[in-house]
Amino acid sequence: MIYDFLFELTGSEFLAGLIQSLLPLFLFILPFALFAVWWERKISAHMQDRLGPMRVGWHGWLQTIADILKLLQKEDIVPRDVDKPLFNLAPVLVFMGSYAVFAAIPFSGAFIGSNIDLGLFYIVAVSGIVVASILMAGWASNNKYSLLGAMRSAAQIISYEIPTMIVVVTIVMITGTLNLYTLSEMQTGYFWNWMIFGGPGFGVDKFLFIPLMIIAFFILYISTLAEVNRTPFDIPEAESELVAGYHTEYSGMKFAMFFLAEYANMFAVSAIVSAVFFGGYQSPFGYLGNTLGIEWLIPIEQFFWFTAKGLFFIFVQMWLRWTLPRLRVDQLMALCWKYLIPISFVNLLIVGLITVL
Amino acid sequence: MQYFRNIYQSLSTIFTGMKVTLKHLFEPAVTIQYPDVRLTLPERERNRLYVNMDDCIGCDQCARACPVNCITIETVKSLPTEDLGKTSNGKKKVLWVTEFEIDFAKCCYCQLCVFPCPTECIYMTDVFEFSEYNRDNLKYNFSTLTPEEIVEKKENFAKFEAEKARLKAEEAAKKAEAAKLAAEKNTEAVQPKKEN
Repeated sequence: MIYDFLFELTGSEFLAGLIQSLLPLFLFILPFALFAVWWERKISAHMQDRLGPMRVGWHGWLQTIADILKLLQKEDIVPRDVDKPLFNLAPVLVFMGSYAVFAAIPFSGAFIGSNIDLGLFYIVAVSGIVVASILMAGWASNNKYSLLGAMRSAAQIISYEIPTMIVVVTIVMITGTLNLYTLSEMQTGYFWNWMIFGGPGFGVDKFLFIPLMIIAFFILYISTLAEVNRTPFDIPEAESELVAGYHTEYSGMKFAMFFLAEYANMFAVSAIVSAVFFGGYQSPFGYLGNTLGIEWLIPIEQFFWFTAKGLFFIFVQMWLRWTLPRLRVDQLMALCWKYLIPISFVNLLIVGLITVL
Repeated sequence: MQYFRNIYQSLSTIFTGMKVTLKHLFEPAVTIQYPDVRLTLPERERNRLYVNMDDCIGCDQCARACPVNCITIETVKSLPTEDLGKTSNGKKKVLWVTEFEIDFAKCCYCQLCVFPCPTECIYMTDVFEFSEYNRDNLKYNFSTLTPEEIVEKKENFAKFEAEKARLKAEEAAKKAEAAKLAAEKNTEAVQPKKEN
């Protein structure tokens, strides 16, 4: 574990904890967000038979760094009639909410911010901060578009937490744990041990679980997609209706915080989906470190697989974004309450029956 | 039943759509990197005008053809002693073109000025990137004469005119004088006859 290593290195619990908590931010989230924004622009461009940013660096890979530099220099505008303390607090809280999620995500066998037993539950709970702070941003902005966007966002995230939770409960019934580290360790070995293929072990129930797990995966993926406000569920920031939704009034670095939080969230939910169904940081075909007998290579390989899976799901999110049109509010609610929740509930019952038998 | 049909339909349409976008992801881009890569312009493109002043005879036909009056031409006659040369198609130039200005802020790129030109000296180029921050910068002056030369040509011509007028006047005066003299002689000559 990284914590022990840092503890030995610095000799102080506080310093070790601080460094460990800052590691994912500076080593992972910021570079990832920079990369993902560029990647999204490239993917969207290529899907529309364009080339996208091409001028800053090779195929424009430095474009986001230039954008961030621009955002940093921009004037920080605070409109006269906003509720100043809340207006200034909201972007920080949004980012905090999405960053807190990373505490319980196992990046590799050797790095997990906090190995808590209630990992999944903690993630779902702490992402509630994002709802509150989005609502805070919308309300404090004193702007009708911001408020509408924030209300929609709150309604959407709260509704879609229900199918997410039900799927999580389904997984818990099979694995008996909410700890993401244990969950990932259970799916070790080869890819047929992943939860999407019925989890470890070779009983009859494994094969019974496969179709149910696929359904559960789809539900979890759709509802987490809705929770991070991505197209086709981007009605909170529907630019054709609401200008920019809850961050209409924000500029400069505060806007960048919302942006960063959105991309951090995207990775967080992709990480959860991969940790729950696709073995988290586990390699699908065993490790090079094992075959070569190099102990320290395994965590690095695990980190690679974790990032690769996360990026793949992010790619699918972007792919969906540039494929599907935005849902209407009533369609959004109908999808959640009429389809996802009943199906996930039936799924839960069947999985429960199988595990009991 | 409708419920399951809805689920099936939405999933299948989503997958169809995703297949389309995935296919496009690997298709080459149809756009070009404009300032670096440029499309070849069509054969009869209409862009910024250019006037080859070596060939211009100052006939004012283009200015008269212009539907928006964006061409201003001012000419001064040359002196008989001055040789302005010939145009490339053998026409003799007789006018100093002291002003030839095209205002591209007004120009509508209709190409109507190009056809009447007897020497084919006004034509379309392939330059289409000439935006300006100031509207006055879009006024292009094609006259090859310097302001001093223009003043000189005008003065020359004015002097020549004056000279001509003076000569004419003198001539006229001389004629009148001569006629008067002749008339006087005549009367003198006739008078004695009558007396005889």
